[in-house]
Amino acid sequence: MKIGVVTFPGSLDDVDAQRAVTIAGGEAVSLWHGDQDLKGVDAVILPGGFSYGDYLRCGAIARFAPMMEEVVLAAHRGMPVLGICNGFQILCESHLLPGALIRNDHRKFVCRDQVLKIENASTAWTSSYEVGQEILVPLKNGEGGFIADEATLDMLEGEGRVVARYVGDNPNGSLRDIAGVTNERGNVVGLMPHPEHAVEDLTGPGTDGLGFFTSALATLLQTR
Amino acid sequence: MARVIVDVMPKPEILDPQGKAVHGALPRLGFDGVIDVRQGKRFELEMDGEITDAILEEVAKIAETLLSNPVIEDYTVKVDV
Repeated sequence: MKIGVVTFPGSLDDVDAQRAVTIAGGEAVSLWHGDQDLKGVDAVILPGGFSYGDYLRCGAIARFAPMMEEVVLAAHRGMPVLGICNGFQILCESHLLPGALIRNDHRKFVCRDQVLKIENASTAWTSSYEVGQEILVPLKNGEGGFIADEATLDMLEGEGRVVARYVGDNPNGSLRDIAGVTNERGNVVGLMPHPEHAVEDLTGPGTDGLGFFTSALATLLQTR
Repeated sequence: MARVIVDVMPKPEILDPQGKAVHGALPRLGFDGVIDVRQGKRFELEMDGEITDAILEEVAKIAETLLSNPVIEDYTVKVDV
């Protein structure tokens, strides 16, 4: 199973995301933002970082990258797409996910290990988890406050589209403690924290993040 | 050549941490009369040729698709005179 990871100018976590795919048992494929060829991948990850220096708004310019045209089309066809941190911002800017991410309410960059509660274990990226399961993964963002209007938040909750919530202190002012959301179909997931940094005991707070990547591989095997 | 100005502001109900930070600095500088500050962005677009309604409509489209995020921001378009 091939999972592509898109590198934009300013991406930071693309190599970590590729490693996570490999450790989960998949084949990681490097994709370049300026290309328009998905190289036959079965799923795509938009990694964390500061694409285009966060100019204008986080993810606003990356959205118009040639590769994103392909990713949006593939997402509409049902291909699993995961956006982590800056990738989540790009997915919101691309209108693949509702809402937006704004500067942390306390105005400081936050970097810490964060407990999350999995709220939806039926998306393409969370099927390896149980609903209610708590996982520990690194969180690092300056503009991670998830916001949407009340009607959209109610809709997301009503349809079970909140994928994960922060447990304990809300790290960034995200409304209703939302750390991640999914689209109607469950193939596109955006997550502010970084599961790709929690896939090995040596380099992370544990291996709780691995489930996102094994989920996608399992989902792909099922649909083959 | 003419210039079109696009102002982008965070929607009133959206928290504006940058504006808050600026506001917080004012009393420390001795400015006490300011009740609130909200920070936005101003874009100056140099246009080729005369400004027509069609051009302004196009600028509005630019403002809506790239310069602002309608989920969190409002924009206004005006011709610079």
